[in-house]
Amino acid sequence: MPRYIKDGKAQTDGWRLLRPGDDGALPSVPSDEDVIVPLAAWLQDAVRWQNRPGRSGVLLSPDDDPALLEPHLAGLALIAIDFPAFTDGRGYSLARLLRERYDYAGELRAVGDVWPDLIRSLWLVGFDAFLIKDGKEGEGGDDYNTFSDSYQVNFRQPQPLFRRRVTRP
Amino acid sequence: MYRYDEVDHRLVRERVVQFRDQTRRFLAGELSEDEFRPLRLMNGLYIQRHAPMLRVAIPYGHLRSTQLRKLADIARRYDKGYGHFTTRQNIQFNWPELSRVPDILEELSTVEMHAIQTSGNCVRNTTTDAFAGVAADQLFDPRPYCEIIRQWSTMHPEFTFLPRKFKIAVSGSVEDRAATMVHDIGLHVSRNEAGEAGFRVIVGGGLGRTPMVGEVIREFLPRQHLLTYLDAVLRVYNRFGRRDNKYKARIKILVKAMTPEGFAAKVEDEWRHLKDGPATLRDEDVAHYASFFVDPAYLPLADEPAELTGPLAEDKAFARWFERNTRAHRQPGYRSVILSLKETGAPPGDISDEQMEAAADWADRFGFGELRVAHEQNLVLPDVAQKDLYALWQTARKSRMATPNIGLLTDIISCPGGDFCSLANARSIPVANAIQQTFDDLDYLYDLGDIACNFSGCMNACGHHHIGNIGILGVDKNGEEWYQITLGGSQGSDTAIGKVIGPSFAQADVPVAFGKIMQVYLERRLDGERFIETLRRVGVEPFKERVYAPLH
Repeated sequence: MPRYIKDGKAQTDGWRLLRPGDDGALPSVPSDEDVIVPLAAWLQDAVRWQNRPGRSGVLLSPDDDPALLEPHLAGLALIAIDFPAFTDGRGYSLARLLRERYDYAGELRAVGDVWPDLIRSLWLVGFDAFLIKDGKEGEGGDDYNTFSDSYQVNFRQPQPLFRRRVTRP
Repeated sequence: MYRYDEVDHRLVRERVVQFRDQTRRFLAGELSEDEFRPLRLMNGLYIQRHAPMLRVAIPYGHLRSTQLRKLADIARRYDKGYGHFTTRQNIQFNWPELSRVPDILEELSTVEMHAIQTSGNCVRNTTTDAFAGVAADQLFDPRPYCEIIRQWSTMHPEFTFLPRKFKIAVSGSVEDRAATMVHDIGLHVSRNEAGEAGFRVIVGGGLGRTPMVGEVIREFLPRQHLLTYLDAVLRVYNRFGRRDNKYKARIKILVKAMTPEGFAAKVEDEWRHLKDGPATLRDEDVAHYASFFVDPAYLPLADEPAELTGPLAEDKAFARWFERNTRAHRQPGYRSVILSLKETGAPPGDISDEQMEAAADWADRFGFGELRVAHEQNLVLPDVAQKDLYALWQTARKSRMATPNIGLLTDIISCPGGDFCSLANARSIPVANAIQQTFDDLDYLYDLGDIACNFSGCMNACGHHHIGNIGILGVDKNGEEWYQITLGGSQGSDTAIGKVIGPSFAQADVPVAFGKIMQVYLERRLDGERFIETLRRVGVEPFKERVYAPLH
């Protein structure tokens, strides 16, 4: 399995994820490079990030409030949500909020401790891009098709199974 | 009882394929122990003291006879010939081989069973009243809602990695027999001003290290909003529950930190966006699930037939069993029967493969092929014609499932303890057996009457010791096993957390302490007063004084 997957296909990843260094500052990069910056840094200088030659996306930590991004969502090409551990499920709720409450339509990327085993549930809540953790690319595990259906309302299937069972076409 | 359709069947088979691959990767060294742990736990697989332990889901405790026979078959061929029923109405196998677990799951899938989410930090098996559907005091049948919750919680993509395990209990009866006050979410029937029956939503109850009685965050939730409201509660918990310390990660800690009012407001705010969404239950949706829980083909029978009243008058042992081990039924001519798995000398909740097969046969012969697992770790035959009770009792006696001790001191709820569980600080089974032996005299036991005795081998409280009228907790002191006694716990409409009475006891002294506690009760009780009532009236002091009094 390749390291970066978008829309179910291996892709070349043109984005660079900027995490703050030990001094708290972001590494400097050429202004025409596409970068993903943490929410706080992005909000601090949203106009500059929006107007630079390269594109800018936002990295959300699991405890970030996605509502803070609401005024900026229409122009955003990419939001990455960080999974510091694959057992940290907060990012799943953030994804649904972004997609279903705030109607975010750009790329939603899972980064961090992301495994092939998680792709299906991440996809169901609205992620469409996955940066698989180093060393996990070659493993088997889950993919979009591990399960052929799901019971619940989710971003990919807004009609719960109980409704589809009762209301036959 | 719910029957799988092709989607349910397919999903369970797909889960088996997924887990088979995960197990293969672990055994091949592709997944480390740390990586495999959360994956296997979400499929009920623990690595225990002696061997793996596999916990099989029994949704809301409902079993068909064919399923129980399959469990017997698995116990015999993959384990040591027995299983253990748990307080979450599930069954555990203590000795399966790790490499064969996928085969067990494949066999389970043929009878509409699985081990999905019986462990791990996800929504666990939903529990309910073992007498759901047949209880005389039922206001609505909770089972369709339990099944709706089961499906909603199964592989919920948003709530697969919660801060901690999450437990939901539902009760549609006046008397709460599902311990709704001590669950992460308790749903207990309530009525609005128009007289409609909905759910009182209780959040943040739980036992374990920090036992708490839950808080009512909504007095009345119309039933059609069940799933959107659950989504709101779970989303608030998933986002804001603590993840830095597993002992503070349960929803009860969040509710306390935010205050119940603050938590309720946060849930209402989240719910505003979900309410009336596509997960709102329409009447026809509920009707679809309710259609699986219609009454069986009851015969038009009268109460108290001669086949019952004759033996009751002539056979004292049968009369005792009838009094303790059967319950009133909504349908004339029928009773519900509790098959005791608390025979003296047998670990509470354990059942052999032969006993499973026997119980399955009785369900077919005397009932409608259905059984229940009670959270007290007994089996229930929900629908037995009164005229058949004497025949059932005679055969159940031979299979050692007719101990007439339901609700009595020896009907001990207990975790498997240190003999099996790697978490336990102390063994439960030998002490439970010692208590059963001490109180083996039936006349004495009957005189003591209703006493809930709950036993946990460690702080995780799988035996629910906090809500036992008498609770025992195994504690470790410098590598030795000690036992702490709590008094005053209860479940149901008077849910209370018991209080520790003082220093813990050595194993041999536990039955002695129990004896003294019973002496005080017999001396102080008023006419007809149950143990818990006397305890509440006189307080814990007289019991403490007697138990800790110097011998000379």
